[in-house]
Amino acid sequence: MSSLLEPEVIEVMEHSSANPENMPGDLTAEEKAEIDREASHYENKSAVGLEALRIVQKYRGWISDDTLQAISAYLDVPAAQLESVATYFQLIFRQPVGREVIYLCKSASCWIKGCDRLQQHIYECLKIEPGQTSADGIFTLLEAPCLGDCDKAPVLMLGEEMFRNLDEAAIENLIKKKKKYHADQSLD
Amino acid sequence: MLINPLTKNVTDQNVAADLKRYLGNGGYEGWRKAHTMAPDKIIDLVKDGGLRGRGGAGFNTGLKWSFVPRGADAPEQKFIVCNADEMEPGTFKDRLLMERDPHLLLEGMAIAAYAIGASIGYIFIRGEYHLAAERLEHAIEEAKTQGFLGTDISASGFSLEIFVHRSAGNYICGEETALLNALEGRRAIPRAKPPFPQVSGLWGKPTVVNNVETFCNIPHLVEFGVEWYRGLGRGEDAGSKLFGVSGNVKNPGTWELPMGTPIREIIEQHAGGMHDGLRLKGLLPGGGSTDFLGPEHLDLRMDYDVIGRAGSRMGTGTIIVLDNQTCPVGLVLNLCQFFARESCGWCTPCRDGLPWIVKILQRIEAGEGRSEDLDLLREQCQRIGPGNTFCALAPGAAEPLQSALVRFEQDFFNHIKQHRCPYR
Repeated sequence: MSSLLEPEVIEVMEHSSANPENMPGDLTAEEKAEIDREASHYENKSAVGLEALRIVQKYRGWISDDTLQAISAYLDVPAAQLESVATYFQLIFRQPVGREVIYLCKSASCWIKGCDRLQQHIYECLKIEPGQTSADGIFTLLEAPCLGDCDKAPVLMLGEEMFRNLDEAAIENLIKKKKKYHADQSLD
Repeated sequence: MLINPLTKNVTDQNVAADLKRYLGNGGYEGWRKAHTMAPDKIIDLVKDGGLRGRGGAGFNTGLKWSFVPRGADAPEQKFIVCNADEMEPGTFKDRLLMERDPHLLLEGMAIAAYAIGASIGYIFIRGEYHLAAERLEHAIEEAKTQGFLGTDISASGFSLEIFVHRSAGNYICGEETALLNALEGRRAIPRAKPPFPQVSGLWGKPTVVNNVETFCNIPHLVEFGVEWYRGLGRGEDAGSKLFGVSGNVKNPGTWELPMGTPIREIIEQHAGGMHDGLRLKGLLPGGGSTDFLGPEHLDLRMDYDVIGRAGSRMGTGTIIVLDNQTCPVGLVLNLCQFFARESCGWCTPCRDGLPWIVKILQRIEAGEGRSEDLDLLREQCQRIGPGNTFCALAPGAAEPLQSALVRFEQDFFNHIKQHRCPYR
């Protein structure tokens, strides 16, 4: 009865996970559908690795070890290969970030227009150090390479939206608006 | 005759020209005409038109296409790839084309695909360009419903699918072989050349990678021909180009102008000149990885070889202006920080050399520079220069630095002598 050996091994592995009913890393049907749609554009599944990471991160905010394993299993791509991509690309997060990630453009045109000063101002407004997330868990500030909006410098990207021709007052307004939005959300 | 083929559908409104408007304004005529031509003839036409790659390198586009193997022995599967990973510091032209006139890019890619025999195209777009990616995807759907993309287009037997690939932020993906690795789902590290992508590219198949603006030049070049296209330029080079200016000028922006438009005209007429009270101290003619030019170069024409002979590069054609109240050492430090951060880490001169340069520049900017630092920086520029690295990233990083060390030498000296940044 050697054919029973294989399922037994698998069962042992499954027991090592917390709760098989609700694996923390398991991909949702929605995530899988989106990944499948992208995967159909390529010759093989390993090509869709980055897009899969991006899609799942959109729902979960960041890529945990469990999530990485789940994507690896779903695509049948080695976790190490997926990890090499996940750690390479700047828009993929391997640690938790705030609900709003501020990408402040730090490239030449924005530097001429005072992005360093604005960066300092954001640190002070949010009471954070470089790379940190604000205590309320809402904001993470990251430095972005050129965001390609140089005639409207200084600029930042928040979510999928660009904010242009910034000054200190505009930054304060933006932070206030987002704080209020998240406060209203938590009341609902 | 048409003089603004790249932006004729761009209005003041931030909306994309939809298929109806695009067709109403003569859209897909180049694609229709291309169908009636032999692929070889299209390649010859693009070559003779003198279109040079608008991503920065300025290589003749038709010549690039002609390296793709043809005939019975050639691999059947070929790819066309659009480099939409616009991330060169100070460059903001491809965003405009993709957001406002996505069909122009699709039409250009379709003609290129037909010319080289590719049946699949990818638009490799940086992850931050959300709006552009959405508008392109919408345009692809529109083009499919009208039969401009899909299977057996116009009953010609030619099929083409175009897909949008969203990347996730890395400057090096602009290097075409790094881009291909990323598209295959790997780390974006440049490949050794040869073989060139035209022979062995995506998944080892013949692949042509062109910049967004390059593709956007194709439809009208095919529709109106070589004579018209060459006539668009005012100097040595053919066609028109998106030029841009950023920095402390009155009216920063992007404009479609003839190739060969003098720098002075771009900065003074279109960008409105310097802010009151400021003087132009220098300029980077084509993005962050080009050598500084100075006020004495203002009357040069923006043509690839003209700017090349002056010791710099046309690059992306988007000018960063340095004024007399902005610290050149600080600007160069900012650029080197960008390149150090964006190095893929594959080869030693780039991975280790750039952070070293950043450290030296940081101490000079902080007033802790040493007298031997300038020689050290010059030596580093040599060591990360052409021939010593795997790709052009580090040599590109050396360009603004090496030219600043000559042009703004006094500023570097002053930092070291005064033990502070004189601009603060």
